[in-house]
Amino acid sequence: MSRKFDLVEPHIPSLRRYAMVLLRYDEDRSDDLVQDCLVRAMSKWHLWRRPGNLRAWLFTILHNIYVNDVQKAAARPNVIELQEYLPGISVPPEQGDGLALREVAQAVQRLPDEQKQILLLIGLEGFSYEEAAQIAGIPVGTVMSRLSRGRRKLRDMLANGDETNARKVT
Amino acid sequence: MSTLGPKPDEAELQAYVDGQLDDERRGQIELWLGENPDEAAALAHYRAQNQALHDAFEPLLDRPVGERFRDLDRARPRAPHVWQIAAVIALIVGAGGGWAANDYFRAGPNAGLALARDAVLAHRTYEGEKRHAVEVAASEEKHLVAWLSKRLQTPVRAPDLAARGYQLVGGRMLPAESGPAAQFMYENDEGARLTLYVERNRSGGETAFRFAAEGDISAFYWKDGPLAYALIGRTGREQLLGLARATYNQINP
Repeated sequence: MSRKFDLVEPHIPSLRRYAMVLLRYDEDRSDDLVQDCLVRAMSKWHLWRRPGNLRAWLFTILHNIYVNDVQKAAARPNVIELQEYLPGISVPPEQGDGLALREVAQAVQRLPDEQKQILLLIGLEGFSYEEAAQIAGIPVGTVMSRLSRGRRKLRDMLANGDETNARKVT
Repeated sequence: MSTLGPKPDEAELQAYVDGQLDDERRGQIELWLGENPDEAAALAHYRAQNQALHDAFEPLLDRPVGERFRDLDRARPRAPHVWQIAAVIALIVGAGGGWAANDYFRAGPNAGLALARDAVLAHRTYEGEKRHAVEVAASEEKHLVAWLSKRLQTPVRAPDLAARGYQLVGGRMLPAESGPAAQFMYENDEGARLTLYVERNRSGGETAFRFAAEGDISAFYWKDGPLAYALIGRTGREQLLGLARATYNQINP
């Protein structure tokens, strides 16, 4: 194993997860995306500004490929129900304020793509606002407004939608 | 009120949710929230959203890192070789400029582009045939499959796409670089035809579905063990992807 790969490997699971949610659990396409990201990263290794945040850099590459190639090239991918993909998700939630996981997972997919990306990068992947801005290539102010709108919309969907709305998958 | 500091703006409220404020400001905002229960409820909900995102998507981290990713270590950079560029240019020129080179360049070392090209050529050759669309008709499906399996030296299958509106018309053998190849033809009620092209997997390995398009002809192609496949039709990408998935699932029950 090369040193590059050793450094990259720990980030593969979260890159794949992010790609899976972006691409609505389409395993083939999300693994294509991650593979393209990793190949590009390893061939453009000199562009990684050390000591920089490798994980944020990898997410930046993945994001760019997604926005430039995948999103453009494809019409909406098939929607694969998370339920089908991960039977475990049907387990009733016990944690937190008890938001129903399945409803949250589905509502996230109904957010505008830009809001979904930011919400995932910050709420799930734990990036700072500055890192999210770098990854998405937008100003921090835009990150904040997308985050705020996304959260409000998610809350509205979960509050009003309950059954009918939350199950309507676009 | 001086301990409250300035009224928090929207960005600060988000930062409060994400724990991206310093201690002093966080304390001030907590005080402010005490007097603004609506905002407090919204922020509590946003925190619960973060938690729910974690809980919902955590299992996706546990998928094993497959060989595919480990192989990257040995993978070549994807700058295409000169001959590959030449092949693409030839293809673009030869095919009237319709091929999406982008898809090719994204496709990596085992692009399988030659497979897609051969499959599209075969599709164009036979899709318009009335009397000689196939060599062996669907009425003799067993014989057809046995014959092609023998010539390709590995079991092939003609997937049943009736549930998606396409009936098997039959099939034929074709010459290919890797040896004999097979073409199965399908037709729907409106006379639209699909072909499934199957040949021996030249380079080995597996790939995900790849997409290419030339004009209104779409192709999904993939490699899977001993065989490589391309599904061709004048349908939209979405519909063809559904058919490709159905094909794949039947071949890999």
